[in-house]
Amino acid sequence: MNFFLFAAETNLLQTDITLHHYLLLGAILFVCGIVCMATKRNAIGVLMGVELVLNGATVNFVSFAHFNPTFDIEGQIFALFVIVMAAAEAAIALAIVLNFYNNHFTVDVDAAEELKG
Amino acid sequence: MTLHAALFYILATVTAISAIGVAVTSNIVRAATWLLFALASTAGIYFLLGADFLGATQLIVYVGGTMILVVFGVMLTASGPFVNMKVGAAEWAISLAVGLLLYSVLAIVLLQIEPPSRNIPPNHTLLPSKHIGAALLGSSSSTPEAKVTGLRGGQFIPRTRVSYLLPFEIISVHLLVVLIGAAYLARAKRRREDVA
Repeated sequence: MNFFLFAAETNLLQTDITLHHYLLLGAILFVCGIVCMATKRNAIGVLMGVELVLNGATVNFVSFAHFNPTFDIEGQIFALFVIVMAAAEAAIALAIVLNFYNNHFTVDVDAAEELKG
Repeated sequence: MTLHAALFYILATVTAISAIGVAVTSNIVRAATWLLFALASTAGIYFLLGADFLGATQLIVYVGGTMILVVFGVMLTASGPFVNMKVGAAEWAISLAVGLLLYSVLAIVLLQIEPPSRNIPPNHTLLPSKHIGAALLGSSSSTPEAKVTGLRGGQFIPRTRVSYLLPFEIISVHLLVVLIGAAYLARAKRRREDVA
């Protein structure tokens, strides 16, 4: 409810596209990723949630870079680093998931409780 | 409504619906498809923000590479044609409440951010991708002449010129190490039952 009050107050729909619009979009991606990580029982679903969170962060980087030209090179380069990190993280996470599947014949994260330290 | 605004609303709607689709669907293959659309429309957002090299990278590396990895992971670990791992209704209610709370907190905080004043240098155009390459190769001459804004008290300090050769090298070695590790972890092992 609070958000709708804020949106009405600042007239988000009537002004030109500002930084706030892009930041709100990044927040949607971030929250969907968090909810996805929390609710999925499939390990690959959890991995997809991580990808969504990283995309939300990248949208923030690029939009700050666009709206503050002092940092336009930083925003794009950090976003590139995030993409490379995401690729590396997906590769290593899938390797771990495949290894787990080879041993347990499932990718249900609830079945992984014996992995605890 | 300008063209920029119309394109933003179209792309943002597609991105948001796809992201919500990833979160709510319980079928992992459908979640992969929703994620594909979310990543592709995020690349559209980057193009809209003038980051053309980044948008192309997102399409090639993310949509073309990482998504293929994820889809192969889905196929290699599927125990049936439609893998369904249901989550209870109470867990759904809790996660929905937590998600809405988190989003409203984020929205309230973000809407209080003062948008940076666009102090565009007089000869500033869209950042060509050759400047990104130059910065990654260690040349600091491509960083724009500008002052740091947004400080308290309205003061402006000139920014330091920086280059990104060392992070570029570190991330390349990191990627190499990670890929070797992934190949080592995921290599086909003979199961214990097969040996016996």
